[in-house]
Amino acid sequence: MSHITSLTLAETLSALSNKEFSKKELNNAYLKRIDQVDPLLNSYLYVNRASHKIPAAIKDLIAVKNMQMTCGSKILEGYIAPYNAAVIEKLAAKDVSFIGKANMDEFAMGSSGENSAYGPTKNPWNIAKVPGGSSSGSAAAVAADLCTFALGTDTGGSIRQPASLCGVVGLKPSYGRVSRYGAQAMGSSLDQIGPITKTVNDSRLVLEWISGGDLFDSNATKEAFKPKVHLQDLNGIKVGVPKEYFSEGLDKKVEGVIKNAIMNFEELGAKIIDIDLPHTQYGIAIYYVIMFSEVSSNLARFDGIRFGKSRSEFGLEPKRRIMLGTYTLSSGYFDDYFVKASHARSKIKEDFAMAFQKCDVIVGPVSPTVAWAIGEKADDPLTMYLSDVYTVPASLAGIPGLSVPCGFVDGLPVGLQILGKYMHEEKILNVAEVYEKSTNWHKMKPDL
Amino acid sequence: MSKKNPKLEIDIDYVAKLANLDLSGEEKKVFGKQLPQILGYINQIKQVKTPSTGLPFSVATAQSVMREDKIGKSLSQKEALSNAPSTKNGQFATKGIFENEDI
Repeated sequence: MSHITSLTLAETLSALSNKEFSKKELNNAYLKRIDQVDPLLNSYLYVNRASHKIPAAIKDLIAVKNMQMTCGSKILEGYIAPYNAAVIEKLAAKDVSFIGKANMDEFAMGSSGENSAYGPTKNPWNIAKVPGGSSSGSAAAVAADLCTFALGTDTGGSIRQPASLCGVVGLKPSYGRVSRYGAQAMGSSLDQIGPITKTVNDSRLVLEWISGGDLFDSNATKEAFKPKVHLQDLNGIKVGVPKEYFSEGLDKKVEGVIKNAIMNFEELGAKIIDIDLPHTQYGIAIYYVIMFSEVSSNLARFDGIRFGKSRSEFGLEPKRRIMLGTYTLSSGYFDDYFVKASHARSKIKEDFAMAFQKCDVIVGPVSPTVAWAIGEKADDPLTMYLSDVYTVPASLAGIPGLSVPCGFVDGLPVGLQILGKYMHEEKILNVAEVYEKSTNWHKMKPDL
Repeated sequence: MSKKNPKLEIDIDYVAKLANLDLSGEEKKVFGKQLPQILGYINQIKQVKTPSTGLPFSVATAQSVMREDKIGKSLSQKEALSNAPSTKNGQFATKGIFENEDI
């Protein structure tokens, strides 16, 4: 029953309740496909052959009790998590089990998956290309039908960008929508856990399962996400298009695909409104100062005493960010970098607040290009950082963002980014679903 | 920033010491070239007009979150020690803080 693995999460749940196949057959089908396909892709760092419920892929920085958790780093080689992350407890209550821990850029630092200490993940659409990052294995595993859905984390685009480059749906919830307890911290004022799925409807379902607070993340809202309405069309929806997201640096062919999608929105009844997000050009600089600083603080806990190996086992990218963050927090530079960036961050938030007075959602590209060749940017960290230009502003503002497949350029997927107001995930999911249903992009599968 | 050319000022050895990183010669060479370039780029935050006073942005919406003062589940001592490279008498073993002191 090879078709089992091509089903969406919603279709899988329905087939199970109709007894079309058993959970054992479901897991066997996925394990068989992983054995066939994953040697090509390297999307899993660990495969759980005991998986016996709904099989999900979990980014390897989220703790699953008694399973390895490497965060893609040699420093945590052999580490076995002694507890479950909050999202894992919530998923277990929904009959989900974990078919594997997904590969990732080391400590979620990267936009290509190449920073994993355990080898890069390949893009299922073209194995010479990167899958995006840092949730590289999570996105590749969903695109290649190696799980029913995956969890990733997004600090500056690490769910949305690999989802875009792999042609699947990725949702970064609002900051505080999902408890981060049990997810290795990177930038604590930015990090969110979210779903990577085959459809928008699946994304809605998983967010409902994992949202809501716990006793351990005091920034997480107590209320779980409870979707109420579904839209049939986009009549009356005001869609903002920021000119700053179509500036120099955006690949012309990607721009064409995105503009086509925006025309589809209009045909579906939406009103398209030009908006300004004037501080977008500073987004990368502001984001990197804040993130470097938070990284240097968060990774100070790796002292090789309570867990993990010596700090010399960190890879080059974590070391680079720890160095930069230590510098931006150090005496004499703290005010000029960290405090200045924190003030500048409020300008990004104000940009969005002004824009959302005119529109319900904002749309634009996720990534300025489609997936690039493995190795192309690996030795040039600054160029790699600049590829996050359209995803970091929403992270700085704490608002939700989603990537939905909207076409192809040279055989590689393009994702459309839909941003919403703080805690308005329902709006962006509904808008994305109406668009998705009017296209066939999400039904396309890589030839593996 | 008061310094004339801040992007050239990063002292790799000093920052590595602050960061508790033991960098190899090759890493110092690579960072000596890359970090000033990256700092040169992020220095453009200086161009953003921001208020010089007031509290900077905080993404956290909840403040002073308190829970009821009762004992909940937590890791057992055995679980807490399960990933420690070295333990002694049911505790984490560390190097001595003072010179010539055995652990």
